[in-house]
Amino acid sequence: MGLEHFAPTLFCGTNQKGIKIMARYSDLEYLKLSKWDKFLYKLGRFLIAIPLGIGHFFQKVGRGIVSGAAGFGRGLKDIGSTFKNGDGITKGSFVVMGLGNMARGQFLRGILFLLFEIIFIFYMVTTGGYWLSMLPSLGHQGPMEEYNPVLDTYSTVYHDNSFKILLYGVLTIFFIIAFIYTWRQNVKQAKITQEMTEKGIRLKNGKEDLRSLVDESFYKTLLALPLTGILIFTVLPIVFMILVAFTNYDGAHDGYFNSLFKWVGLENFNTMLSWSGGSKVYSATFGEVLTWTLIWAFFATFSNYFLGMFVAMMINKKGIRFKKGWRTILVMTIAIPQFISLLYVSKMFARNGIVNGFLLDMGWIKQSLPFWDDPTWARITVILINIWIGIPYLMLIVTGILMNIPADLYESAKIDGASGWKQFSKITLPYMLFITGPYLLTQFTGNMNNFNVIFLLTGGGPTNPAASGASGAVGFTDLLVTWLFKITTGAESKYYLASVVGILIFIVVAIISLVVYNILPSVKNEEDFQ
Amino acid sequence: MSKQENYDPSEIKRHMGMSAKNRISNTVIYIVLIIMSIVWLAPFVFIVLQSFRVESTWMVGYVVPKTWGLDNYINLAKTDFWHWYTNTFIMALATAVGQTVIVLCMSYTLSRFRFKMRNGLMRFMLILGMFPGMLSMIILYRLLKDLNMTQANAVPGLILVYIASSGMGYYVSKGFFDTVPKTLDEAARIDGATRAQVLWKIILPMAKPIVIYTILTAFMGPWGDFVVARYISMNTPAGMNVAVGLNSWLSADQIISRYTMFCAGGVIVAIPVTILFMCLQRYYVEGVTGGAVKG
Repeated sequence: MGLEHFAPTLFCGTNQKGIKIMARYSDLEYLKLSKWDKFLYKLGRFLIAIPLGIGHFFQKVGRGIVSGAAGFGRGLKDIGSTFKNGDGITKGSFVVMGLGNMARGQFLRGILFLLFEIIFIFYMVTTGGYWLSMLPSLGHQGPMEEYNPVLDTYSTVYHDNSFKILLYGVLTIFFIIAFIYTWRQNVKQAKITQEMTEKGIRLKNGKEDLRSLVDESFYKTLLALPLTGILIFTVLPIVFMILVAFTNYDGAHDGYFNSLFKWVGLENFNTMLSWSGGSKVYSATFGEVLTWTLIWAFFATFSNYFLGMFVAMMINKKGIRFKKGWRTILVMTIAIPQFISLLYVSKMFARNGIVNGFLLDMGWIKQSLPFWDDPTWARITVILINIWIGIPYLMLIVTGILMNIPADLYESAKIDGASGWKQFSKITLPYMLFITGPYLLTQFTGNMNNFNVIFLLTGGGPTNPAASGASGAVGFTDLLVTWLFKITTGAESKYYLASVVGILIFIVVAIISLVVYNILPSVKNEEDFQ
Repeated sequence: MSKQENYDPSEIKRHMGMSAKNRISNTVIYIVLIIMSIVWLAPFVFIVLQSFRVESTWMVGYVVPKTWGLDNYINLAKTDFWHWYTNTFIMALATAVGQTVIVLCMSYTLSRFRFKMRNGLMRFMLILGMFPGMLSMIILYRLLKDLNMTQANAVPGLILVYIASSGMGYYVSKGFFDTVPKTLDEAARIDGATRAQVLWKIILPMAKPIVIYTILTAFMGPWGDFVVARYISMNTPAGMNVAVGLNSWLSADQIISRYTMFCAGGVIVAIPVTILFMCLQRYYVEGVTGGAVKG
């Protein structure tokens, strides 16, 4: 049972007028409400949806854990019964992987299993064991000045490498997980082949196995390459960087050349978030940057959305000519690589740029306008320039969707005498919001991480003097991502703080996505479309 | 008696009012659209004009050059510009091929096959996507450095980075495959085609728009990428792409002598990409629109 159904009985809140907020109205009841009550009701529903969304999520997670544990239990039981009921060959494949397959004629599968086992054991004995054993300490001995008797000098000798220990430690753990999974598959196969041989069913041979890779199991072939790439270039770095947040890895502790790094527990999260003690500067800076990130994401998303819609509707209006021409002009600006336009526009608004030059020449201003030097000016200017960048995309998308709105809706609205504004607010807007709900969400989170626009326009500036104690020279237009970037490139390179910021970005994005996904009406069953 | 006289005068007036109102609103729209076109195109006109300016190489407060000339374009040859250009072009070609293969594999599979881990996999990738990609750069740099694929040799390293994780961006193209009827696959399977043959002989020829869309976006990626290229090339001019290289000309110590050359470089970068884009515009629009509708 979902929490939603609890809600009315749990907290049946009402306001003075007796409007139900926590409980749901039926459609008919809802239509009877006055405008204000409708608003209150909707607001109430929205606010409820936030804890409900999070509640749902944890419910799902809880259910996932329970079913996962149950599955694990079943798996163990199955392994046990396989061992008990298995013949000698099946029992043997618990130790020698692939024995079951090989003994029953599936040489290809059997050899692959065996090969994997041999490689795994070889790897663990030669190097894997070392990385794994070093993981808890991240290395004992850093670089040292040692006496070299041959040259009769002291020179630096390098020993353990924390970076490699962490990296290969993680890889070894991945490998062990893969081995356990493969071993489990091997036991399953041993059981199945035994059962099938007993029943006299012919087993697939190697040739058929290979053929199935382009047929029923074609998905395995197709996914092999993409998933390997994602595993090495996305999953591994993310796992590694999450772990870095719990170490003191930075420019001064690079793990090999100058000093080892070590585990520090939750210390970095404490530095970033604590409101007491000497590190308050970080939590204050984080709060400020997060606030601006959210404000920016909100304005960047919705200003583009509504203005883009407005432009698309202007071009689409009956009687406007050269529709294709107007669209082409806007689309052309998408084609030009963004860095060129961003860098150029950034210089246009500089103190000695074209815009100020023009305004000064015309005598409209006496002094250059501080587009990039004043915090408020800079923030407004980036939002405006972002509109300039974003409208063409939105225009394209909205044009496509507008054409899909059934024309008879508008015709019947016209017959009923609905004004242009009414048609927009009652037909176009609800339809758009319904269709583009998920898109808006991805736009919002995308804008939160919109590195290019901010970094190429302002570089995060103007610098915020209040945050000078925090590393990364935070500016007033810095988003969390640009701050993260600055932290990693400065002289100090506090990678551990960058990781903490990265994890916090993830948490913020995840919460927003969760809440919005549970409110959106258009999160639909994907099979419906096919 | 002509038909017109039958109309109620007030009715005629109302119609006239409507069309007059319409004419005014259309005029307003034309004015807005013209102003918009100017605002949207102005920076690009300015950049072209300034690339021909000879009298000074720095930023000035006016647009139209006092002395025209090709000096800036000629001077580009004395810098690393053409090296960056070649780097970017190679990366764009390689990425276009690699990324297209990977994205198509991924999206076709997720659209057509129902296997055990499918939903888990999609959810997992959704969650992975919530981590800022920037976070990975630190370790990718160290990893590629061990393989000698950074700094001066950044090109293969960057290609690897662009291609490897591209499977995560399967949404648009999966949305397309979802709209291709499954009955087509089934009919071919009944006729004895394997899954691979179905993809190769039936689906791919039909998927031309989405293939072109994927190639186009993949090809344009390296031209605009800034952050990854900057991280992997680490201040070494030999490994930079155009974005990072041209950006370095705008740093405080170089802008005085390089600003107009930046404009010239920008024009040279923009022209081929823009022409390609405008030729394939139709496919881009289809992809973008479809992607947003599907979410």
